[in-house]
Amino acid sequence: MKQTAIEVKNLSAGYNNQAIMENLCFEILSGEIFVILGGSGCGKSTVLKHMIGLIPPVTGKIIIHGQDMVTAQGKTKNSLLQKIGVAFQNGALFGSMTVLENVMLPLKEYTDLPMDAIETIARVKLGLVDLEQGAFLLPDELSGGMRKRAAIARAMALDPSILFLDEPSAGLDPLTSAGLDKLIMDLRASLGITFVIVTHELESILAIADRTIMLEKQTKGIIATGPPKQLKQDKSNPYVYNFFNRNLELRNIKNDPKS
Amino acid sequence: MSQPPQFTITTATNITTLCLSGRLDTKGVAAVWQRVTIAVGRAKSPTLIINLGEVDYMDMAGAAFISHLKNLDHNGTAKERSQVNGLKSAYTPLLVLAEKTDIKPAITNHLSPHSFVEQTGKNVADFLYDAKTFISFIGELIFAMVSSLKAPKNIRWGETFLMAERAGVDALPIVGLISFIVGLVMAFQAAIPMKMFGAELYVANLIGIATVRELGPLMTAIVLAGRSASAFAAEIGTMKINEEIDALTVMGMDPVKFLILPRVIALTMVTPLLTIFANLVGILGGAVVILSLGYPLVAYYNQVVNFVTWQDFTGGIIKCFVFGVLIAATGCIRGYQTQMGSSAVGQSTTRAVVSSIVLIAVFDGIFSIMYYYMGV
Repeated sequence: MKQTAIEVKNLSAGYNNQAIMENLCFEILSGEIFVILGGSGCGKSTVLKHMIGLIPPVTGKIIIHGQDMVTAQGKTKNSLLQKIGVAFQNGALFGSMTVLENVMLPLKEYTDLPMDAIETIARVKLGLVDLEQGAFLLPDELSGGMRKRAAIARAMALDPSILFLDEPSAGLDPLTSAGLDKLIMDLRASLGITFVIVTHELESILAIADRTIMLEKQTKGIIATGPPKQLKQDKSNPYVYNFFNRNLELRNIKNDPKS
Repeated sequence: MSQPPQFTITTATNITTLCLSGRLDTKGVAAVWQRVTIAVGRAKSPTLIINLGEVDYMDMAGAAFISHLKNLDHNGTAKERSQVNGLKSAYTPLLVLAEKTDIKPAITNHLSPHSFVEQTGKNVADFLYDAKTFISFIGELIFAMVSSLKAPKNIRWGETFLMAERAGVDALPIVGLISFIVGLVMAFQAAIPMKMFGAELYVANLIGIATVRELGPLMTAIVLAGRSASAFAAEIGTMKINEEIDALTVMGMDPVKFLILPRVIALTMVTPLLTIFANLVGILGGAVVILSLGYPLVAYYNQVVNFVTWQDFTGGIIKCFVFGVLIAATGCIRGYQTQMGSSAVGQSTTRAVVSSIVLIAVFDGIFSIMYYYMGV
């Protein structure tokens, strides 16, 4: 039986004590590809920011490998942060450093490895995302897809057990997006990494996600949870069905010849 | 706390066997990387067998380490044959992934340093390109100004006055402070030698003429270069990065007229006004010294008014119009030249301030020579 990697308990997400999501409870298992889904502006990225310890939630707990990210301080929080990797939406690569230097940075900061070892490991990480040829390029010289892959390589620098990806396929062409999906599947298969992905790219979700939760602004909570292929077929919640099937109106369910 | 991995190395005829045990994670690898690399490198045999039967755990750092050992040079060539034994099947994909990458241990950089001659040539070419860009931009600006004069209602006056407020009114405290201190310090320094000749009152002449002709315009221009040229460069540079300027262009709006002209007009308007203020405050700074030397304020006033002519005053003010155009244009052009990347805005801002100050100094010199020959 798989272990729990992340446990979110009674989380109220928001800023300045203003909750935009209330009482969220869910678990993410080790090695799972878990997608947080929802319409634009519903608070997906805010939940992600709470989970990676960037901003404190209004209330609630986020237990990562048995430790609460919300209350962790100092060295405890630092060691917790070293167990996770985050790839931000636009890559957030340091513009003054080459791609290789970006990947080497966490290794330099957190390990006692000699420089040649750091470079070797960083190059292996770039190899994982098929970016060896771009090692000496600056982030500005990379395409959108390359930048996202470089961000994933940097997030994996310290061999984290959990990778958080914010909108990894946003703005990418279908082929690059499919390549990124394959990379996520490959990394999970070979390294057993747990992926927490915030996205609303339906094709990508259906291709890679084991489980998804869907957030909704109006109810300020989770309105659906389960494997995405199952949610796509489930007509019990019209909003979820319409979302997965790109229907604009509820009546489309009735008019759908397949239904 | 986990123990660092252990290793043993044995060499028989033509075969070196390396046995590793324990956790091969980032921490563990860091503990043994150098020692194992040196030991394997020293082994003379061409075949390396890496025994990983006792390895409890391995992550990508461990896989990279094994891959590195397999690729180690031995007398200038890679090991003829390397073999990994006993690796748990769960970790085999990691090694496969790590071996996919062509590892070159030496730190290399694609940016090879330029020779002195190459660098000098590059600097000269950059300077000439920069000068050409600046001149063509000034031409474009003059064209925009002239065409706007024909239809002044097309100028964005709201934006212009907002810029004038930010660059002018908001700069009053700093311009005032600097001018007052410069006037005060200069009067003090001048009063010491003049006192020996009983000519302290002539400090007023010095302060009056130096402030009105040179220091007032120069101090104001330098403050504006640091304050407004940098602000313009940062603002327009950020707009460039955010593609706001591209958006203006595709909407058929001329960015020069839309963004740059209001800034140039605003700074050209406020620089002379700030200079007048700087002149007054600078002279006031001198007055404090004269008062402290026991002379009445009216004597200082008469001395300044009788010595400083309208020609001196207008000469200083005319310079300010030119300084205003130069500072605004330099700030805007540097912002406009911003490349991509987070450091680009910082570079543009620095270049805006440096270029503005250089141009102020050069044009001040040109004005001094012109006034000399004109007898002003």
